[in-house]
Amino acid sequence: MGMQSVRSLASALALGASLLASQALAKSDITIAMQLEPPHLDPTSAAAQAIDSVVYTNIFEGLTRFMGDGSVVPGLAESWEISDDGTEYTFKLRDGVTFHDGSTMDAEDVKFSLDRATAEDSANAQKALFAGIESVEVVDPLTVKVTLSEPNGNFLFNLAWGDAVIVAPESIENIKTNPVGTGAFTFGNWVQGDSITLNRNPDYWGDQPALETATFKFISDPTAAFAAMMAEDIDVFDNFPAPENLPQFEADPRFQVLVGSTEGETILSTNNKQPPFDDIRVRQALAHAIDRQAIVDGAMFGYGTPIGTHFAPHHPAYVDLTGNSAHDPEKARALLAEAGFADGFETTLHLPPPSYARRGGEIIAAQLADVGITAEIINVEWAQWLESVFKGKEFGLTIVSHTEPMDIGIYARPEYYFQYDSTDFQALMGTLNATTDPGERTRLLGEAQRLISNDYVNGYLFQLAKLGVAKAGVQGLWENAPTAAIDLTAISWSE
Amino acid sequence: MLRYTLKRLLSLIISLAVASVVIFAVIEVVPGDPASFMLGVNAQPDTLAALRAELGLDVSRVQRYFNWVGGMLTGDFGTSYTYRTPVSQMIADRLWVSLPLALFALTLSTLIAFPSGIYAAARRGKPGDLTVMGATQLGIAVPNFWFAMMLVLIFAINLRWFNAGGFAGWENGLWTGLHSLTLPAIALALPQAAILARVMRSSLLDILGEDFMRTARAKGLSRRQALWRHGVRNALIPVLTIIGLQFSFLLAGSIIIEQVFYLPGLGRLVFQAISARDLIVVESVVMLLVFAVITVNFLVDLAYAAVDPRLRSRT
Repeated sequence: MGMQSVRSLASALALGASLLASQALAKSDITIAMQLEPPHLDPTSAAAQAIDSVVYTNIFEGLTRFMGDGSVVPGLAESWEISDDGTEYTFKLRDGVTFHDGSTMDAEDVKFSLDRATAEDSANAQKALFAGIESVEVVDPLTVKVTLSEPNGNFLFNLAWGDAVIVAPESIENIKTNPVGTGAFTFGNWVQGDSITLNRNPDYWGDQPALETATFKFISDPTAAFAAMMAEDIDVFDNFPAPENLPQFEADPRFQVLVGSTEGETILSTNNKQPPFDDIRVRQALAHAIDRQAIVDGAMFGYGTPIGTHFAPHHPAYVDLTGNSAHDPEKARALLAEAGFADGFETTLHLPPPSYARRGGEIIAAQLADVGITAEIINVEWAQWLESVFKGKEFGLTIVSHTEPMDIGIYARPEYYFQYDSTDFQALMGTLNATTDPGERTRLLGEAQRLISNDYVNGYLFQLAKLGVAKAGVQGLWENAPTAAIDLTAISWSE
Repeated sequence: MLRYTLKRLLSLIISLAVASVVIFAVIEVVPGDPASFMLGVNAQPDTLAALRAELGLDVSRVQRYFNWVGGMLTGDFGTSYTYRTPVSQMIADRLWVSLPLALFALTLSTLIAFPSGIYAAARRGKPGDLTVMGATQLGIAVPNFWFAMMLVLIFAINLRWFNAGGFAGWENGLWTGLHSLTLPAIALALPQAAILARVMRSSLLDILGEDFMRTARAKGLSRRQALWRHGVRNALIPVLTIIGLQFSFLLAGSIIIEQVFYLPGLGRLVFQAISARDLIVVESVVMLLVFAVITVNFLVDLAYAAVDPRLRSRT
């Protein structure tokens, strides 16, 4: 071998090494696991949170959007004006936004999307978000005027939901399998049952994301989730299903654990119309029979914030009312005796599949037994729960995490499955909706929280934690979950 | 023979028709509405009604049964409620994982079971036999998902030879595909191998006691020659029957293993479809499996009849 070839070999090696090094520097792909697979990819026609996790802010964008801290900021609408009476919203759209198929996003698309959501045959799972919309007018290609029948202080918040994203009439037919949005990522490939791949959108109107491709993998079994993370098959697990494994990840320098909060108020839902729960003393007894911290420790391995009302503790308007229903079995027994149940009574406790319900239910049943209430545990699947508990209202007690953000309004719906019928509360919500002044809204929200806490509508347990696990080098993950989303635009690798 | 074949064919058709009614009835009776599952807790009644109409759920059950059966007769398995893709395509996609996995597991279990069964039979009552029998006892007793978790712990987490799960896809090459199916196939194969080895051993022991084996020895063959030339071949018949049964079990029964290894197979499809009340998918997959089993039995019946003329006149 001559000198020449030795030198060229050396330079080839050097080149190879530098290529490898630059590749290591610019790691631009990521594999993110989640427990459930989305049924399809249209966020505007299904309730499945898995859809939003994949597409929200990645593929589809709305007029406004949620940030990781829960704030609502401009999305496809650059700015807006609200008329003095609060019923007219004039949105100024961003210029130069295109859909992934190359067509321009303009006022017609906004009108199409909102009209579609409010239409008679709309399949939108959150149709109530758009309830007040009277008309949507195209003023010019970049201006849209939305008229409401009455003021709605939540309107900009509502428009940030995944169910309110802007879609195009040209691509709506195949949206479920081939979603075409305006976001920073385009839909790549879906191997059903296995994974979905998204690619960077080079024509994105905003800043280019650091990631080039992202793969979402679906691992439902908690043991498999642990193994996949430990074997480093995946880079991130969005909401890790087995809290008991987290200390092991925390102790391992290869990983980081992100404990945040979700919008999920986990409650012991009580059938307010079913005797004996129609007696407030019985509901109050339930509240005092429950030891929240024991449930958080036992069912969630300590992750979760105790709550005393139906409101997220990280929200500025939150009022800590846990003292209102402190653990006091003596008092619970006394209240039961006063209501005529000195010897207790029997009821049912329906538990859907998540571990907060199944594990928490066992503990609650034991705590209730301590004050004389016999709760028969009935394990149900979600489909069954929706049928018999939610729709049929055939239940005494059930445990559910209400994951919709800012959903205290459900207490104003007497037909809602826990059947709380209070004209005071309904009037309060009416006032709240008509109020746009932030200070006044906070005061009203506080009043609403106190009202349902004092009426002991449900047993308020804890705010569901979001438990993220990721490789140490991943940056920009949302710690909290103001809505179901895995915002890829903010994610990058530190190395 | 023709008369016999027609008779068998008629019974095949009747079995399928009965199966379709039973499957449909059982699955429809399960509480839960696919539309409300999809739209969740905030869905408004008019939205639910619109979706039900879109899914074709607004017609009567009887009507839906005939739509389903009629569709299947023309090769149309319907459209999944949740995924909104044709069921036939979903089944085909999943079969590309489940079928190779079942074959892989079956091959492994045969490769393990035959030598150990023959070895044990040849050393009946000796320590070698006892060891193999002890091991197979353990193999039958220990559930395959436990094996699966142990395999993952050792080979994926500690040694890092394999991924902890997932399927790499055949488009990345045969080797990559097989590599990602190796751990699940082993986990599936071990308990099956244990059963098969025991069947192999007892079947071989039965044969070894037969007259023709003594004749073979008397002809001057050594024990080993007689075992291989006359014993194993004759012992295979019951073993093959068991393998046939195991194959349909492996194809349909790998639900848990597919969960543990998060493989996009048929079992996982059914599992997901049941919890989402994607009834049409569940019905069609179950019907397909029934069809496969009944057809295999039909073919076996014909094969028996071809081999043994006595059967033709009996039924």
